[in-house]
Amino acid sequence: MNEQIKVIEIENLNKSFKNLVAVDDLSLTVYKGDVFGFLGPNGAGKSTTIRMLLTLIKPDSGSIKIFGKDLQKERLDILKNVGSIVEKPDFYGYLSAYKNLEILGRISGINVNKNLIMKNLELVGLASRYKSKVKTFSHGMKQRLGIAQALLHNPELIILDEPTTGLDPMGMKEIRDLIIQLSKEFKKTIFLSSHLLNEVEMVANRMIIINKGKTKVEGEVKELLNKNKLSVAFEVENGELTFSVIKDSRWIVFMKSHINNNFEFNLDSKEIPLLNKYLVENGVMINSIIPKRSLEEYFLSITNEASNA
Amino acid sequence: MLDLIRIELYKIFKKWRTYIGFIALGVLIPLIHIAMVLEGQSTINFMTRNIQESFVFVGNLLNTYLISYIILTSLAVHIPFLITLVAGDLLAGEATAGTYRLLITRPISRTRLIMSKFIAGLIYTNLLILWLAFLSLIVGYFIFGSGELLIIDGQMIIIFERNDVLWRFILAYGFATLGMTAVASLAFLFSSLVENSIGPIISTMAIIIVFLILSAIQVDFFQDLKPYLFTTHIMSWRLFFENPLDLKEIFNSASNLIIHIIVFFGLTLFIFNRKDILT
Repeated sequence: MNEQIKVIEIENLNKSFKNLVAVDDLSLTVYKGDVFGFLGPNGAGKSTTIRMLLTLIKPDSGSIKIFGKDLQKERLDILKNVGSIVEKPDFYGYLSAYKNLEILGRISGINVNKNLIMKNLELVGLASRYKSKVKTFSHGMKQRLGIAQALLHNPELIILDEPTTGLDPMGMKEIRDLIIQLSKEFKKTIFLSSHLLNEVEMVANRMIIINKGKTKVEGEVKELLNKNKLSVAFEVENGELTFSVIKDSRWIVFMKSHINNNFEFNLDSKEIPLLNKYLVENGVMINSIIPKRSLEEYFLSITNEASNA
Repeated sequence: MLDLIRIELYKIFKKWRTYIGFIALGVLIPLIHIAMVLEGQSTINFMTRNIQESFVFVGNLLNTYLISYIILTSLAVHIPFLITLVAGDLLAGEATAGTYRLLITRPISRTRLIMSKFIAGLIYTNLLILWLAFLSLIVGYFIFGSGELLIIDGQMIIIFERNDVLWRFILAYGFATLGMTAVASLAFLFSSLVENSIGPIISTMAIIIVFLILSAIQVDFFQDLKPYLFTTHIMSWRLFFENPLDLKEIFNSASNLIIHIIVFFGLTLFIFNRKDILT
């Protein structure tokens, strides 16, 4: 999985803007080879954390080490090995895609040549548009150009801040495939921020969920999503009959709620067919069974809370 | 560093706004030339109306030197606006475009980034003054030819021989560049504070206008303040058209402008190195 070499170590990181606490005592570790999902609703503090990782803003307190080096003290050395996209991809619109990459490569101090630039543009499917001014690009094309500039200097660590935002489903899939390719084929360590749990689930091996700048959950993606019981919604024809069947059975302890014909249970995935069988055998007509993982539910609840705030 | 400066210059000269100053001068100065071809002799007659009875003027008074002097006097107050169009955009333009994020996440120090932008801004300023000199002096030479320079300053008439003028113009343009560099430094400082380039342009021009107004008010307090304002020294290129040269005054003016440039640039460095990039 990974060699347990720490690539990013954040300890007790804090950042406030006037009265707003954006990041609150955040700690996390990313290991070499990880695709690390950095998950949280909008306004959770993800972009602020990423901006601190890239020295765009300074933390109030706490420490950040990348490749085992202190970010404040060895910024230039560290950034030579980091590629990033921060929020929306902005470029010099009055210059071509090629010229944008050439300029950024030269600023990074690498030996940029046509082969290198075209190779990166080909990787993101923009080689045929290399002469076009970036102001003529769609959002998806800019996002892909963003990935090309992040890869230009062949960095070990790639930080992507919501790289699929504003893309259509096909564009989102292309970016996801690219992230998987970068991880599997090019052995990059990827720090991926997102507000979509399913996106992180599809590409990441480890993840953290933050909200209001604080860590809520951290660990292996598979473990976090499987170890939690599912919250399963049953919609039945006759609620009273169903309740009478359940109330004297062992299933009553798993029941979370009951409103008219809708029942919710906390179950392991193996228990769903057993409960289904029990209900059918006792004459209950079932309209639908919808399983939801409790982590997903939890994430939805904090997302709703954030959007209602 | 050289490569960074080249990149900044490339970005500057790929923007349309950069050419506004060159186009404005390229239109204005030929217009002045045309007006002088048509009305130049009447202008000289008007300038010398009070002394025509006492002196006999011979030779070519309507020459490139006189016209360049008139142009420099008339435009020196307006050129700062053309300078701020570019200098005010150097940093704020990156904020507006969202490209700060691209630059600052690269392995270069903020100080080097600022220095390369500042030097590129200075090169633009120099080029604009060179363009002004080219249009005034060189194009003017082919239209009006050379001659003695007649300057009437209040009650005083100064006439410089034709072989005693060119070096004065070269130094005057050099000094004008120093003055415009002070203006560019102020616009650059404001550019580091805000996230759109209109703010620095308006703020710089507002400060220049306010300082010029304060300098013109005949109240002791403002008159005591006047020697310390950089706007007072922007027009000190005129000192090169005195005979003999007041070297002490030239040195004072140059020192004042240099100190302002250092302070404005130092403040920009201080602010930008501590700035949180939120755009």
